[in-house]
Amino acid sequence: MDSMAAHLPAVRRGEAAYQALRRQRRLTGLTGFAILAAAFLGAAWMSEFYPSSLAAGLPRIGEYFHRILPTLHWSTLFAGVEAEGSLAFWFYRLDSWLLLLLQTAQMAALATLGGAAVALLLAFPAARNLAPSRWLHHLTRRGLEATRTVPEIVSALIFVWAFGVGPLAGILAIGLHTAGALGKLFSEVMENAPMQAWDGLRASGANWAQACRYAILPQVAPNLLSYALLRFEINLRSATVIGFVGAGGIGQELYQVIAFNYYEEISAIVVLVILAVMLIDLLSEKLRHRLTHAAGAR
Amino acid sequence: MSLSPAAVAAWRSREPRAFGATASRRALRWLGGAAFLAWLAWSFWLFDITPARLWNGAAGLLTILRLMIPPNPGELWADILKGMAESVAMAFLGSLIASLLAVPLGFLGARNIVTATLLRFSLRRLFDGMRGVDQLVWALAYVRAVGLGPLAGVLAIVSSDIAVLSKLYAEAIENAETRPGEGVAAAGGSRLQAIRFGILPQVLPVMLAQALYFFESNTRSAAILGVVGAGGIGLQIAERIKVRHWDEVAFIIILMVVTVGAIDLLSGAIRRRLIGRRETAPL
Repeated sequence: MDSMAAHLPAVRRGEAAYQALRRQRRLTGLTGFAILAAAFLGAAWMSEFYPSSLAAGLPRIGEYFHRILPTLHWSTLFAGVEAEGSLAFWFYRLDSWLLLLLQTAQMAALATLGGAAVALLLAFPAARNLAPSRWLHHLTRRGLEATRTVPEIVSALIFVWAFGVGPLAGILAIGLHTAGALGKLFSEVMENAPMQAWDGLRASGANWAQACRYAILPQVAPNLLSYALLRFEINLRSATVIGFVGAGGIGQELYQVIAFNYYEEISAIVVLVILAVMLIDLLSEKLRHRLTHAAGAR
Repeated sequence: MSLSPAAVAAWRSREPRAFGATASRRALRWLGGAAFLAWLAWSFWLFDITPARLWNGAAGLLTILRLMIPPNPGELWADILKGMAESVAMAFLGSLIASLLAVPLGFLGARNIVTATLLRFSLRRLFDGMRGVDQLVWALAYVRAVGLGPLAGVLAIVSSDIAVLSKLYAEAIENAETRPGEGVAAAGGSRLQAIRFGILPQVLPVMLAQALYFFESNTRSAAILGVVGAGGIGLQIAERIKVRHWDEVAFIIILMVVTVGAIDLLSGAIRRRLIGRRETAPL
């Protein structure tokens, strides 16, 4: 039966087409794999990712992370600061770290506030449906793009030169990036807003600023707030590392304990940062949910 | 026709909110505004933000911006190009290794594959913790562990990506259709074969798309890892900022932006070729 069917011309043609397709697929697969392998070898050569350096590095990585882990003993876990192996001994500078964390959160809040304020002002001309003129629309768009393409750490490095070492440089660097990122999101929200209220206000003689304030802003405010809160979460993460280049916050302290190899303090600070970030995320998520519910109820 | 004062008063008592905010609400608003202003003033005082400082800084920034024009690659332009290539290589290698390692870890973290709850739970919590550590922190730690250079950068990218990618892969596997795997098992296939032929073909496009997205985002982050000594263009830019060669700094920033844009285009083209225009949203 099978041998008879195999002699039919249609079956033979189908079989040949199937084999050709298989060959072609195998060829594309092999070419793709060869390209990937070549790119891997090139990248490994470029970034000095040699087997020898990896073999030499891996034990040191294990040792390093082992040293970072705190030595805790069950018997003295909840004992005082003097007892080695207790939690209090691990977090022996908890008060100053908490203060630094608070400072970091403040930096993130100020940067978000300032960035969101600038973004709000620029979003109206950047929105296609609201822009008073085409060139103003393009100008603000390109300006926002320019601020958001420069990485925060790079602008922080530059601002440390201009404004001096300290939190101000970090706040401005994060704020600049925030203005660019939020300005884009804000203008997109505004572009999606229904235009009836705007048309009505403009027809009854409101000027551009009044129409923006009374027709568009009330419609988009909950959305904008929710984006700003989301950005606050992102900025808190950035604020914890912006101190690496001398721009304030807990990052400066973390940089020092890593640079001076204070092993257990590294893990203590990292744990604190993770906890703080998680706490803020939770709070902000709750707030955002309430905001979107409020927006949905109307 | 106008309402008598008595009627207005009656309406006011019936619908107080139609006549504007109530006194208590207005007081609350004032209090909130005052508290906000107090917080603002306190934080300005805390960070020593004064108009004079802002003004001087802005003047300094303007000088820097003026020195940035025209951008100039400078004498050591070969180093700059090598640094940029190094950054892209770091990003590629880091994404590739992380996405390969994340495949088995993703399967281990998926609820429908691994039924040992304790193992899965502890694996996921470990990833949660790793995800909370910023890439720059990883980079700094690896620089202390294996020394300056791009190796530390690659390891930092792998460490911070592996946690997120494993979680995304595990979620993709959990969302996969179970019927193909059941079919393979019913036809006599082993458990491993059911995973290979029933689940892997479904999740592979998602995994590929995520890996490409991570390559894009890693190109951005690999460009700055050098600031803490982990190789790449970041080292070049940090050095030039230190010696205030602002025209070269501007050139490097432009080079970074162009390279990131080119990688985005390339990765987008590959993604469309491999998996079509399917909707796979990034995080």
